[in-house]
Amino acid sequence: MAHEHKLEIFRGALKFKSNVSKIWGVFIVLSIVTVVEVALGIIRPAFLVEHHFLALKLLNWIFIILTLFKAYYITWDFMHMRDETSGLRRAVIWTAVFLIIYLVTLILIEGDYIFEVYKNGYIKFDF
Amino acid sequence: MEATVVKTGTEGKTWGGGNDPLKASYGKMMMWFFILSDALTFSGFLASYGFSRFKFVDAWPIPDEVFTHFPFLHGVDAPMYYVAFMTFVLIFSSVTMVLAVDAGHKMKQNKVIFYLFLTIIGGLIFLGSQAWEWATFIKGDYGAIETKGGQIVQFLDKDGERVALRDFAALATGERTEQTKENGIWYKEEAEYYPSVSFEQVKAGFLANDNLLVRIQHKDEHGHHIVLNREESIAKVVNDGVLVVEGANLRHNEYGHPLFADFFFFITGFHGFHVATGVLINCIIFFNVILGTYERRGSYEMVEKVGLYWHFVDLVWVFVFTFFYLV
Repeated sequence: MAHEHKLEIFRGALKFKSNVSKIWGVFIVLSIVTVVEVALGIIRPAFLVEHHFLALKLLNWIFIILTLFKAYYITWDFMHMRDETSGLRRAVIWTAVFLIIYLVTLILIEGDYIFEVYKNGYIKFDF
Repeated sequence: MEATVVKTGTEGKTWGGGNDPLKASYGKMMMWFFILSDALTFSGFLASYGFSRFKFVDAWPIPDEVFTHFPFLHGVDAPMYYVAFMTFVLIFSSVTMVLAVDAGHKMKQNKVIFYLFLTIIGGLIFLGSQAWEWATFIKGDYGAIETKGGQIVQFLDKDGERVALRDFAALATGERTEQTKENGIWYKEEAEYYPSVSFEQVKAGFLANDNLLVRIQHKDEHGHHIVLNREESIAKVVNDGVLVVEGANLRHNEYGHPLFADFFFFITGFHGFHVATGVLINCIIFFNVILGTYERRGSYEMVEKVGLYWHFVDLVWVFVFTFFYLV
């Protein structure tokens, strides 16, 4: 079995000489992102906490985006999704992404609705 | 198998079989689809966590105030450092796994053994850390009072620092006695768990100490729990308080809403179960590599398939870390 590895990350901005050095490069990228997440989680900058976008704090959006960034590199480079055929890649990724977005959107809207009912409805949750 | 002589007349045709358009072996492809379904299971759990959190969004515990411990550092406020350490352990064991897969492609048996060994060690460190994290969470920290409506009331001093129940409870009064079979009616036994102080002791100690205030589960517009003044605090404890809560279990949770503890146990537990099975499977593959099974087979693809599962466990942790500890 011949295994061809694509050795570029960041859309070709960073090209590694061998698969092993690519693995270490991705590890460094993931570590930096984790350190940034933890630092932001401890500092919690006031600006990012007080400003909201689509009912979520900016800080939480940053966490979610950084998480998806990490997930992308784990899947693409550690799990070798980058080297698979586009058919397999789409069968797995598109299915998951579509179903998860669908589920999360509906469930969170419903949760927010129930929150409003508890808050403004007749039954109080404050005793 | 070339030895089969039966011909169907469809060789070389698109639907004649023998084509693999995805260019992946059966086992690897099925591992991918197993991972897909498992990812949907985890998303279901995390989405239901999000549902409950949105439902009680103004009364949810603040993770930074819950996970503040680090092993061997007692009394040091270290929010999230330990769980960040756990994240690094898991990412690093993912790296050693992918190095093992790479060594397998090059048919280097000894390197595969070495890297798989490191991966297993990383998995065990993670599992141990999680056990410690659970034990700390279950044991609790300051203790709290639960009201008859199921709300958690926590105690603060005048400077806004948390105060532990054991530090102010009037131990001389109203000790809680355990219900035993001998003095019970019928065979009624102790139903609830047994905190170190009774509610009466906490109430007496709270009334005797003018420095103490309480804060309630609901949060103000800045996301801090609302602190009541002394008169309101006394009214809250005397009128509404019923139960002492220390630590967390499936029914009571001193950190705030019980659902927080339920989801914590359920989701991190389910993830920990995945890590445990991952370590087990890694061990099986590890011994197979030592025995030379894949060397004789001429392919280390089994290491790659197990590697996919192991990376998936890491992938899930990345999301659990974000949604339980950061957001």
